[in-house]
Amino acid sequence: MAYTKRFDGRKFDEMRETEAKVGVIKNADGSAMFRFGETIAIAAVYGPKVMHPQHSQNPEKCVLRCNYDMLSFSVPERKKPGTSRRSQEISKVTEWALANVIDLEAFPSAVIDVHIQIMQANAGTRCAGINAAALALAHAGIPMKEMVSAVAVGKIDDKIVMDVDKEEEDYEDGEGATDIPMAFLSRSGKISLLQLDGKIQPSQLKEAIEMGQKACQQLYEIQKQALKASVMEEK
Amino acid sequence: MEISKLMKKRIADNLKEGKRFDGRKLDEFRDIKIETGISVNAEGSARVTIGDTVVVAGVKMATSEPYTDHEDEGTLVTTAELLPISSPRYEPGPPKIEAVELARIIDRGIRESKFIDFKKLCIKKDEKVWSIFLDLYSINDAGSLIDACSLAAVAALMSAKLPVYDAETDTIKYGEYTKDPIPLTEKVCLNFTAYKVGKSLIFDPTREEEDSSEARLSVAMTRSKGKIYVNSLQRGEDEPLTPEEVLKILEMAEKKYEEVEEVVKKQIK
Repeated sequence: MAYTKRFDGRKFDEMRETEAKVGVIKNADGSAMFRFGETIAIAAVYGPKVMHPQHSQNPEKCVLRCNYDMLSFSVPERKKPGTSRRSQEISKVTEWALANVIDLEAFPSAVIDVHIQIMQANAGTRCAGINAAALALAHAGIPMKEMVSAVAVGKIDDKIVMDVDKEEEDYEDGEGATDIPMAFLSRSGKISLLQLDGKIQPSQLKEAIEMGQKACQQLYEIQKQALKASVMEEK
Repeated sequence: MEISKLMKKRIADNLKEGKRFDGRKLDEFRDIKIETGISVNAEGSARVTIGDTVVVAGVKMATSEPYTDHEDEGTLVTTAELLPISSPRYEPGPPKIEAVELARIIDRGIRESKFIDFKKLCIKKDEKVWSIFLDLYSINDAGSLIDACSLAAVAALMSAKLPVYDAETDTIKYGEYTKDPIPLTEKVCLNFTAYKVGKSLIFDPTREEEDSSEARLSVAMTRSKGKIYVNSLQRGEDEPLTPEEVLKILEMAEKKYEEVEEVVKKQIK
């Protein structure tokens, strides 16, 4: 059956209910929680601080070290604790998504550790993770040139949709599901995360990118609100 | 060793004028050579040379229980190692993120393109299926490992033959082959990685060109019923890309697909 209506009744260009909050981990220099529907990510930033081991230091600029992982019970079938190749890859693309907006040359020989944990997974975890991490970096007071916002755009059958959930990810009828996580920088509009798995014609990718731009503009406002709210609270 | 800033700038400046040290056009590949059957104990193997870059891929088959949500499908596990023999920049030890990412990029392209007919790898539903182990190794790293490995993977898969499986004793007679190839579809998956150097977008960088680049985008495509589809994308490295650059790269990759498809058809029997 063709995909004419989304499983949860959302419009094709509608995200799930989002929630963003900073300051959720007191020990961290900066922290945040970001939620897309049932997908919840928390991120903590420790740094800039001296990098150990010393031989990993870069005397020209700060190292950005991102670590993404999922709680074992965040998914229906328990995820074995410990790192996996998937989480290593997601850690790396997260680093690439964020590195460009930070003036890393301002903190030579230092390291900024970004830890992302997925508390609950219903697709879009790496995007929730990036949104939380970007907020945590800002909350830590690390100077950022732009905000980074991420969303999982998808093509379910032949429909381009915003914020794919697990049920849609598993869709197998028609053209199946194509998952396209992407992240945009708020001012330059550049793409710092772009991955895809599935089957899509190059021409439809343009539509997908436009969907992503629209979503990230909304996400930017949500992230801004969360940062503003934390400052208001302190007053 | 990181490339010198002087070299990076020289390469970026040259590219702005459409020039490369070896005289190629920005989207031109070096000579591609594909050989299959290069390691006799593998069920399938291939060596791909792109310019001076050499990679090998091997396929080994085993049997296993299927995954719980795919009880009638075979499995594929892809690993890659960037060997110390291929470059002074790689050290012995477990695969680091570069190798992990490389394997996952290749795996995604093959998996999403539906190149392998996993259902035909089923021996007995719920109980026994064929598992394909696809292993990639760098032998000489002169740039463009991702695209070379992707070609080697396809060649190794296309030239592989299933070993004899004795259902009674539940053993595989390695070394004894059936005439059956791995069940593949016509959806040959090809991967093209574009690299951004300064303001220029290039294909098939040499090692120096790759070291001078700030970003890359790997595009895995396949042809189905005459149309070209994108099955996988992976943006890498620090520098972001504009939406226009992304669309330009897709256009370049689509053009490349036709050319390299010819090379594959000619060289893989």
